[in-house]
Parts: sequence; structure tokens; C-alpha cells
Amino acid sequence: MNEPRTVAPELAARGGVGAAVRHESAHLHVAGEATYVDDIREARGTLHAAFGLAARAHARIRSIDLAAVRAAPGVVAALCAADIPGENNVGPILRDDPILAAGTVDYVGQPVVLVVAETVGAARRAARLARIDYEDLPAVLTIEEALARRSFVLPTVTLARGDADAALAAAPHRRRGRLRIGGQEQFYLEGQIAYAVPQEDGGMLVYNSTQHPGAAQHQVARALGVPANRVTVECRRMGGGFGGKETQGDLPACAAAIAARRLGRPVKLRYDRDDDITITGKRHDFLVEYDAGFDDAGRILGLELVLASRCGFSADLSGPVNDRAAMHADNCYFLPAVRIVSHRCKTNTQSSTAFRGFGGPQGMLAIEEVIDEIARALGRDPLEVRRANFYGPGRDLTPYDMRVEDFVADRLFAELERSSDYAARRAAIREWNRRSPVIKRGIAMTPVKFGISFTATFYNQAAALVHVYYADGTVLLNHGGTEMGQGLYTKVAQVVAHELGVGLDRVRVSAADTGKVPNASATAASSGSDLNGKAAQAAAREIRARLTAFAAERFGVAPEAIRFADDHVELGDLKRITFAELAKLAYYARVQLSASGFYRTPKIHYDPRTLKGRPFFYFAYGAAVSEVAIDTLTGETRLLRADILHDVGRSLNPAIDLGQIEGGFVQGMGWLTSEELWWGAEGRLMTHAPSTYKIPVASDVPADLRVALWSRGENVEDSVHRSKAVGEPPLMLAISVLHAIKDAVASVADHAASPRLDAPATPEAVLRAVEELRARADAR
Amino acid sequence: MARAAHTRGARGGSRAVRFVLDGEVHAVRDVAPTRTVLEYLREDLGRTGTKEGCAEGDCGACTVVVSEFADGRVRLRAMNACIQFLPTLDGKALFTVESLRNRATGALHPVQQALADGHGSQCGFCTPGFVMSLFALYKTDPAPDRAAVNDALAGNLCRCTGYRPIVDAAQTMYALGRALPPGAQGWMEAPAGVDTRAAGAGERALARSLGRLVRRKSLALPHPAGTFYAPRSCAELAELRARLPDARLLAGGTDVGLWVTKQHRELGDLIYVGNVAELRTVDAADEIAIGAAVPLADAAAAIVRRYPELGELLRRFASPPIRNAGTLAGNVANGSPIGDSMPALIALGARVALRRGKACRELALEDFYLGYQRTALAPGELVERVIVPARPAGLRFAAYKLSKRFDQDISAVCAAFALVLEGGRIAAARIAFGGMAATPRRAAACEAALAGATWSGETCERAAAALAHDYQPITDMRASAHYRLRVAQNLLRRFHLETTGALGREPGQAPARLDDLREALA
Repeated sequence: MNEPRTVAPELAARGGVGAAVRHESAHLHVAGEATYVDDIREARGTLHAAFGLAARAHARIRSIDLAAVRAAPGVVAALCAADIPGENNVGPILRDDPILAAGTVDYVGQPVVLVVAETVGAARRAARLARIDYEDLPAVLTIEEALARRSFVLPTVTLARGDADAALAAAPHRRRGRLRIGGQEQFYLEGQIAYAVPQEDGGMLVYNSTQHPGAAQHQVARALGVPANRVTVECRRMGGGFGGKETQGDLPACAAAIAARRLGRPVKLRYDRDDDITITGKRHDFLVEYDAGFDDAGRILGLELVLASRCGFSADLSGPVNDRAAMHADNCYFLPAVRIVSHRCKTNTQSSTAFRGFGGPQGMLAIEEVIDEIARALGRDPLEVRRANFYGPGRDLTPYDMRVEDFVADRLFAELERSSDYAARRAAIREWNRRSPVIKRGIAMTPVKFGISFTATFYNQAAALVHVYYADGTVLLNHGGTEMGQGLYTKVAQVVAHELGVGLDRVRVSAADTGKVPNASATAASSGSDLNGKAAQAAAREIRARLTAFAAERFGVAPEAIRFADDHVELGDLKRITFAELAKLAYYARVQLSASGFYRTPKIHYDPRTLKGRPFFYFAYGAAVSEVAIDTLTGETRLLRADILHDVGRSLNPAIDLGQIEGGFVQGMGWLTSEELWWGAEGRLMTHAPSTYKIPVASDVPADLRVALWSRGENVEDSVHRSKAVGEPPLMLAISVLHAIKDAVASVADHAASPRLDAPATPEAVLRAVEELRARADAR
Repeated sequence: MARAAHTRGARGGSRAVRFVLDGEVHAVRDVAPTRTVLEYLREDLGRTGTKEGCAEGDCGACTVVVSEFADGRVRLRAMNACIQFLPTLDGKALFTVESLRNRATGALHPVQQALADGHGSQCGFCTPGFVMSLFALYKTDPAPDRAAVNDALAGNLCRCTGYRPIVDAAQTMYALGRALPPGAQGWMEAPAGVDTRAAGAGERALARSLGRLVRRKSLALPHPAGTFYAPRSCAELAELRARLPDARLLAGGTDVGLWVTKQHRELGDLIYVGNVAELRTVDAADEIAIGAAVPLADAAAAIVRRYPELGELLRRFASPPIRNAGTLAGNVANGSPIGDSMPALIALGARVALRRGKACRELALEDFYLGYQRTALAPGELVERVIVPARPAGLRFAAYKLSKRFDQDISAVCAAFALVLEGGRIAAARIAFGGMAATPRRAAACEAALAGATWSGETCERAAAALAHDYQPITDMRASAHYRLRVAQNLLRRFHLETTGALGREPGQAPARLDDLREALA
């Protein structure tokens, strides 16, 4: 357990597909030799920029006085919206997201002024000297206020199937309730950064920590008012992204480029941690209201679900995020009659954005709460109610009319229930709690079904370049995907090594670069290896086909008798030459040793107005059992043990997949326990540093953590080597932690009533739930 | 900020900061007093392996190891380069992630190898910091258990891995180190407890180079941004402090550093207490007198020997790099309402020894705090020592910390309860809280409800109710006023349950807190 093992040794010789090889940059990471944007040796004359930020949640800007800024030591320039040569906008879908505030400010922390100075410190000190005269406007700071004032960034969307009202009215049991789900700061360790270096003839090269260099390129071109072909964006690696660099890297990229163009000097803009958390968007927090009708077995007959999310001041990616939330509000459960209403609330706070799961976790948590409440209403084990509601034969249609054809959560559940010893432990915990008045334990098992593909169908395409150098037969791979730690570059290199029959040591991956592979989609939606792996596979196969044809002719063997393996090419049974030799011969015979590959995901389509169609190529599945303890005097909690079984299909790299599962689970646990975003009354986010915003540390992870890849996993769809995406789905395994806490709280009223526990389950939230439940129990 | 000029070699004299890096002496002149070690590494030396993640000592991406020669030994401590001012390195040796590869062969260090092979890095940005925290552990603890590893890593955040592979690597690194051929096992590679000849020679060489940097005279580094003074005697320190009342006193810099890196303040002259030998001592003969320059880690060890009940609180006090740099006196003098040491110290009746020029006085710690971040320190006065009294007979004592995250967080509420029991009767009660008022403060009404009473459930309830008279806490991002008061009362109840033996960590006994659970379940 927890020991990554190569799944198919015969396939995986020397680091091919299925081998548990380490991250391609591991040796650089540990030596401090991996280059991040801030580590690039600065070009001569490099200047540093910092933003001056809005101090009001919503106000008209009466005037901006930059005299003190410009007089500060080291300052070279101080720019406002009017100084932007092109379009003042970085909105990815709607154009509603200014680079620098113009006319009004819409949240505390919005960039208003861009200060450029000789040093980082000079820029940051001077940025605070801007004097902005505001005229306050009414501000909307919470989801409730936004709902009351019908303040939305996008129109409300309803996803419905069947007659939910009739089903609810006819149901033998009914449960209504609400749940508050907190947001989450991405807290990538490397903050947002861009380094813009002016090039000849109006060109601009931007090194940007971004999941989407292609978008950054176009945003920069528009901000500068130059054609796209003048701008190149490059990203070798990010120090973490988690969705927080899908669109949020565009702002520093544009700002640095604007300053660099204006001053004719390289400009670097690196947010410090406070600015980063203050400026950038986070996971949407949600307010959920539900009305569920169900039968004696806990089967849902009808459901109305209202999902209202904080989108912040602009649309950003809130449309697709909320679509995905609605489309994951079924999780693994068949909802015969359902209406899901999705409100996209506009608030005067940071513009909420992508974060691992992209709305899916919130939708999933909503339905898991409903299931848990049904179980507690009926006095049943929530596990039974989950199972009773699973998709299955004749019950396989999602609310968005896609059939679930690859359902395996039932099998995962059965295996994990056994291997985790769930039933016996649950009984033992109940017994133990009776004797322990202060510390209470709880256990919960929850499933995950996560749809794989961008819901925006056009995003599901990718391209790659594979070069073979004739001198030594080494391979250079480039694709549109970005490396943020998830191991994408390692996996795609493994795919290419496999196709060409060469060792992984012969394949090098170079930085994502809009000048090499254009029009690449964001590395997001867990799609990185599905898309780029297939594209790179196609390119490698093209080269292999050319080499095969050439070798067949040159050596007079049938093409089918030629095999690529172990850095060699077998030419029938008799002759064998090295891959490098063949590359050299092919070059001299004028065979092209470079190819591009392209992939688009088949089968998918989707109507964004009705949310109907087949938005997903397939589903990824997992299940987790968490056992926790809580202190009913203080509300403190601790995860004691977690058992996870996750389906990654046929793993491309079990070590990397295990890392995604463990890391996602712990990140999800942070979202649901210790990570709390707290805005003050004036709309100022007060949790803007690690001193106040608490992500998990080593001691939060239980010693008893049992994680396994599902040995029978296989993608029924034709994905790359039948693997499954793994980036986002494991995050939602942590819902089991929240529900285990809820189970522990329920014990204080002997499980006769259900606790009201919102997320995150901070000590304060848990103590509140304990005391509220006790008060309710005493009142009866 | 003007770039500091630096030269290598032992010369550089009285106007340069001198320290050892990778076996060479760096002498840095014209250095601003608040230039951080991280800025120096990244901007001046181009050593970019050390990262900035938060600039406040809370994420650990900037972790480096600093070594000193003290008590005949080379000591290694992990520290946060982001808030450590460069001049404080004077006389010390610095190790960064780039220092670890074997210089002859280029091989990765066992710590690095274990992390790389064990899939302990994903995005890699936090990794250099983990490498350095683990390197410090590797060189100081021969066989840490899982809890010790977690504690060593409490100041390092990783957002990718979920920590399991990193904690595992902390075990395998020892096996890799011990398996190295003797020729490849120099001082850097030899784990704690392995004394090879090469390792011994390496340590002696380091000690010698550190010895060459020892100054007899005090240091004063003038710079347009301010002068960095590092006196060597108490008298000199007190004289400087009296002469320059506007200069900032600097001890560990774990708070002052943030004024620079987060508030972007310019601090002018700094007087650094870290080189005053007399203030680097702990005298625990009877009372425990802790000098103002003693790192928290050492102060905590001395206090916990006398008061083991403080073990958990002091282990959870910030993180190892912060405890290695920060001082107890700094925590006390800083006067934050949420400092973790003060409630316990006040409950134990600790005093502060103050000095202004030649005039010395002592104050009870609770009298030191006048208001929000206001203390009784007179202009030109400094905290010389913190004095923790000897343990009275019959003392029942506990200190509890509540925070959103168990490790390395700032308290929402910090409580300390000290009762002297005679028979079942409470002869004396000292109760103090942090996070409940503008200063760390005693709970007078609560104490009055306890004093003279029997230590019963009813007394506990009366005392808990009295806390509502003692405190009107505020709501902020750490907790609401309601929670703070409620939980303050509940902590008193926990103390009662624990001290009366109703709950605890005995086999078969129901636990009183999460930390006792392991024993209870075993």
C-alpha cells in the first residue's frame, strides 16, 4: 500500500508507459536547480513592477494622485488604466475584467496603479503611496445579499429532467435544508509572476507562470494592441497551479508587458503572497438549498437543488464552473426527477475562478449532504443510502441526459467496504463513543464520479511536436500542456518513449511555448495527459511510420516485421540496429524526423443553454473511508485513518497517479476543515497569508493512510493507453472527512438527530454544530 | 535597495558581515541592516534554489540551515531566510539547498536522493525548503519517529504531495546515508550519530573556519538605511540602547522581519542582541532565568524540563525554524495579545528583568502589559531576562492552545491554568489567557471563584461562568467572540476533567483531548 508499483513490467521497460518512474524534474527540484520564472537570470536593465490596490469594495474613482509614487526613490514609472495602449481587459469569456481599474473599483485589492521601479522593494513601497480619492458605492459582499438584490454576473441556469415538483409532492418522505460550502485559496507555493522582455519589431516575450500560455499570449496582444504573432509566452514549469493559474496569470502577464513596452526594458511583476491572495480569485463558495423526496429505502424520488455561488465582481470562468457544479450534483446517484437551479452571484469580492474540481466538488458535496440527511432521517447507515441511489441498469441517465456507461463506483464501494473493514469499525466506534464523553469518533464512506472533458467542447483538442535528432537519435518533445507539478511532462514523455521504443532518458520535454505549439487549451479539467498524450502519441506514431517505411525499403523487410524496442529497431528476425543509427540513415535519405500530432476528443457535445448533451468522454471514479475524532469541548478534529481506492484506468505512471490521489485528498481535506476565507465587514479579505489561511501540514495527514489504485481499472473509452484522468477527481474523496466529522458530531445526540455542519469544519464550526445539536436534543 | 558588495576570503574586517558558505568566507560590505538572507542569496549571489513563498516565515520555501560554534560543538539549525537579516549571519555558517550536492562527485545528498526517489516533489517549489528542514533533522536526530519528523516539518508547506512521500523520505534518507561507501561519507553526508573519520574532520574544519570569524569587538555596520549594531556585552548593549532609544532592538527577527518584508517599513538603526554572550545563557539552578538572546527552542527545552505540562504548547509554538531564530524575550517584549508564551508564563508567575543603562528592575510579567501592544518598557530600556519561578509543591498546571490548524498556527485562544492544591482545596489560583483581551491577561474573577474552594465540578462551573466577567473578546478571522469565550470556559472544564482524573491517557481511560487518543486506543 502507498508503494507505487509499475503496473505492467513488460510494457514498462526503461520507463515506458505504466512504469512508476519519478518526475522528470525530480533531480532538479531537490537540488534547487529547477528554474521557475523568478529564477531566470534577469536581462540587463530589468525593472520590477508592483500594483497599487483598491482600498474600497465598490467605489467610483474620483481622482488618482501619483505624485508621491513618482517621487519615491527608484521609481521609473507609475501607470493607470489610461496608459494601456490596447484593450484594458483580461476577461477570458466576457470582457468584464479590467487590467487596471477604470472609473470604478469593484473589490478591495483590485489593481488600480502599476508602479515600475529599479528594485522589487522600491516598487512595492512606492505602490502604497498612490492617493486614490473614492466615492463609495453600495457594495454586495455576500451570497445572501446578492440573491436578495438579484445581483448576478451571468443569468441563472436551470438543469432539469422529469417533474421534480410532482415527485416531491408524491414522495413518502421529504427533507429540506441548507448547506454553506466555503471557498478555497489555491495557495500554489509559487505566487503569480510574469517577466516580459521586449523583442525587435514590436515583439514581446513573456515568461509567465500560467496553465494557459495561449490565452496569456492573446490577452497580452490585445492589451498591447499588437497582432498575436508578435507575442510569445513561455512556461517551463509552475510552482503549483491548481486552477489558480488558468486565467489569473493573464493579469501579471499583461501588466508586465504593458510596462515593458512603454519603457522599452524588461519588466518583472511578481505578486508577494499578500497581494496574490488579495488580488486573485479562489474556489467559489456556495450556498445550497435542497428539497428532497425519498422512499423508505432512502431512494431519492424527486430533488430540487438551488446552488448559489459567489462569483465575485466579474464572470471570469464562473459560467463553466457553475455548469460543472450543476452537472456534478448527481455524483453517483440516479435522480429520477430533478431540478437544479444555478445562481451566479455577483459580489464586490475577488473574481472567483478555477480550482481543482472546477465547481464539481461543490455540486458533489451538495448531493452528499442530501444523501447523508436522508440516511439520518431514516436512521440508516449513509453507506446503505448511497448504495441504494447508485446509478445502475435502467437507472443510468444523468440529469443532463448523458448515459452513464462506465459505472464502477458500486464495485469500488464493495471492495473498499471490505478492505477498510468499514462495518466492524463503525460498530466499534459507536461502542467506543458511549464510553468517551469528550472525544468522539466518526466514520464515513463516500464515492466520487467525475466527468472528464472540458465542458466547452472546442477546448478538447491538443497538438504536439516530436523531433528526432539525427546526430544521436535523441528526442525532443513539445506539446501545448503545461507542467505544474502534476507530472504531465513525465507521462507524455513516457507515451512517446513507448511509441518510439526508446528509453525515457532519450526523451526531453521542453517548455510550453506559444511559438512552438499554437492555440493550445489550458492545462486544466484533468485533461492534460488525455489530450497531450494522445497528440504526442500521434506525432510519435507518424515518425515511427516514416522510419518503418524507410527501414522496410532500405533493408528489404516487411513493415510488419519491424519493431521498435529497447532503443533498437528490429528488422525482422535477423537484423537489429540502434534507434540512433536508423535516425541517422533516415536523415541522410531525406526522411523528415519531425512531426506534429493532433488530437480531438470524440463523442462529446453539449448545449450550454440547457446543459444537455454528452459533455464528458468518460467518468473517473473513486471511493474513500475516513475515520476522525473530534473534541466536543473545543471542536478540534483529527483524521485518524483514511482508506482510498481510486480508478485511474490503466495507469500511465502509478507513482504519479498515487501522488495526485494523496495530494488531492489532502488538499480537499484542507478545503473542508482548516482552510477558511474570512472577509471583514468592509469587504477586505483578512486571510491573505499563511499566518491566517491554514492549509494542511504534515501532521494533519494520518500515519494510517491506505491508498490503492484500483487493480481492475480500465477506461472503456479509447483514451491514451486506456488510462483515466486523475488531476481533479481525488480532491473530492475528502468529502468523506467532512462526513466522518458530521458522524462524530451526531454521536452527541446518539445519532437520533442530524447535525448542522457547514464547510469548512473549523473547530468553531464543529463546536457550534455540537452545541446546536445538544440544544436540539435537550429541547425534545 | 543598493546591492551589497561582497568579497570572498576571511578579510573584510570590522565593516563587513562575514560568514561561511560552502567552505568559503563571504565578507559583505555596505549591507543595509534589513537586507534579508533570501534577498542576498537570490539577488546578489544568483543562488535561486532558495525560494520565497510567503516572506513571513510561515511556508518554509526559504528554509536554510545556519550553523554556529557553541559549547565546543557545531550546531545546525533550520531558519527562514526570508525574514532573517543578513547581518545576523555574522560569525556563522550558512547552508542552502545548493550546498548539499557532494562537491567532489556532484552526487545528490541522501536527503535529496530520498526525496527524489520517493516521489517527494511534484511542483518542486517547496522542495528546497523541505530538503533543508530534513537536512537539519538528518544532522541532529539519529532516529526520528514519525511525530518527530512531522514536528521538524511543521514549518514547511507543500500543496501538492499530501506529505506522505516526504515523511517517508525522512526515514529512507538515513538508510541511504548509512549505506554510502565511507569515501562518500563526509561531514555533510554523515547522518547524526555516524562518526566517520571524514565526518569528524569535516566538522573540525567547519569549527575552525567559524572560530576564525569570532570577533572580540562589537560590530557596527553603517549604511545609509541605518546602522546595524551587534554589541558583545550586556553593558555595551544597555549603553547603546540608552544612547539610541529610537533604534530597534532585534533578537530573532521573527516579528521585526515581517515589518520589513510585509509592511515594507524602513527601520533605521538596529541593535542586535544575538551576539551578547551573557544573554545567550539559561540559568536553571533554582528559578529558570532565560537570557534575551536565547532561542525559543532552547528556552522551551529548559522550561519543559521543569514544567513538562508545557511540552505540547511549546512544540506547537510556531515552527522549528521560527523557534530556532525567535527568542522567548522577544515574544514577551513584543506584547502581542496572541503570543503563545505569555499566558503560561503569567500563570506560572514569571517575571521580566529589565535594564536601562546600569539601572535594573524586575516586573511581574502581568504588570508588563499596559494595553494593546503597549508595555511598561521605558525609553532606552530593554528586557534582559525572563525568569520562570521554581515549581511550587502541589501545583496542578496545564496550558492549552486552540487554533484552526493544530501545528504552526496562531492561537485563537491560549489558556494557562495553575492551581496549587492542598488536599482537595485550592490554595492558590493563577489563570491567564491569550486571545481574549488586548493583552495577555489574568482572569481575576475566575481566580476569585477558585481561590479557597474545593476543586469540584461546581467550583469549575462557577469559575467558568466568571470568565464572562473577565473577558469581552473580539471577533476576527481566527474566531468569533462567542467561540472564544465558550471555549475558554470549556478549556477550564477540560483542565478540571484532567486534573481530577476523570479523563486522561491511562489505558482504558476515556481521553480528554485528541492528543491522548493514541494512548486511549492502544
